[in-house]
Amino acid sequence: MHELSIALNIVDGVLEELDRQKSGHVEAVHLRLGRLSGVDKDALSFSYGVACEGTPLANSRLLIEDVEVAIFCPVCGVERPTRSFPVLICANCGALGERVLRGEELEITAMELVT
Amino acid sequence: MNEPRMVEVRRKVLKENDLLAHRLRDRFQSVGTRVVSLVSSPGSGKTTLLERLLTDLRREYRVAALVGDLATENDAARLARSGAPVKQITTGTVCHLDAGMVERALEGWAVEDLDYLFIENVGNLVCPSSFDLGEDLRLVLVSTTEGEDKPLKYPTIFNTADVALITKLDLAEAVGFDLELLIRNIHGVRPGMPILQVSARTGEGIEGLEHLLISNHTESKLAQVQ
Ligand SMILES: Nc1nc2c(ncn2[C@@H]2O[C@H](COP(=O)(O)OP(=O)(O)O)[C@@H](O)[C@H]2O)c(=O)[nH]1
Ligand SMILES: [Mg+2]
Ligand SMILES: [Zn+2]
Repeated sequence: MHELSIALNIVDGVLEELDRQKSGHVEAVHLRLGRLSGVDKDALSFSYGVACEGTPLANSRLLIEDVEVAIFCPVCGVERPTRSFPVLICANCGALGERVLRGEELEITAMELVT
Repeated sequence: MNEPRMVEVRRKVLKENDLLAHRLRDRFQSVGTRVVSLVSSPGSGKTTLLERLLTDLRREYRVAALVGDLATENDAARLARSGAPVKQITTGTVCHLDAGMVERALEGWAVEDLDYLFIENVGNLVCPSSFDLGEDLRLVLVSTTEGEDKPLKYPTIFNTADVALITKLDLAEAVGFDLELLIRNIHGVRPGMPILQVSARTGEGIEGLEHLLISNHTESKLAQVQ
């Protein structure tokens, strides 16, 4: 299970970003999580609690925004959602996608601070 | 208590690992060392294939290997029989290698004296996918004996690898392996992915794989000259 490694990386990353703020206590961390990121949401939520223990992030919430897969469809010529995950088939025309445009995200987007 | 204020952050969770992997990749490229990693489920044939590759390539190239394992050093002992330098990375409870482990394992090694460095990742199709190791080429192995639906169950690893290797070709008939189905599934989750078929047991397809490694290497050396 690599979700604990991921959670520890989130905590380190947030603490580093927090250093740049003059003051504040972290209440919540916002995360974008692509469906193709290979990270399990429930396991990550659980691991986050463990990773926060004994740090300034203890008792903070992790708010996860799921990002669905989008591909570049060579037939439609534009970005399209897919059908039948994880196969990269264009939801519009059924053609195979050329490349993944979205769905691989694993990024911190915001933190909520109270002073 | 005040209302919380929202501070926007744009930061990849694995930023530290990515940065370190980029530094490793620059270092390998600047000295012309080609780094190839292997990922698969436990038992798909990474170590067996590597034994063969090390033995063959050692005749003409300077090769070495790092091998990740949760606890044992058995794989390192097997690979060392090829005569190439081999170092074990024991990860304990961690189910994947990361760039930091690779960097630490290379301490004391003269990387610039190597043409090829192979890295066998911990046997796992999920966890290694997120961690860039600074490799030039990531091979994902799937054996004829483990079911044609592996790509559908573990799409991320196929998305982060460069080439898929179908291994244990010699067992295909005995287990009623459906080659077309596996290829369709691989290309469903990763359109256009190059696929090679090998048997480390009989040697079938190994030459083609070595050719790919070597021609790739030549290209990268050419790119450096230009
Ligand atoms: N028949 C056959 N068996 C193989 C082949 N490659 C590996 N094996 C066997 O599969 C088992 C697991 O192989 P190993 O290389 O240890 O897999 P790893 O866990 O991915 O490193 C061993 O018993 C090997 O002898 C092959 O090409 N053909
Ligand atoms: Mg092995
Ligand atoms: Zn389309």
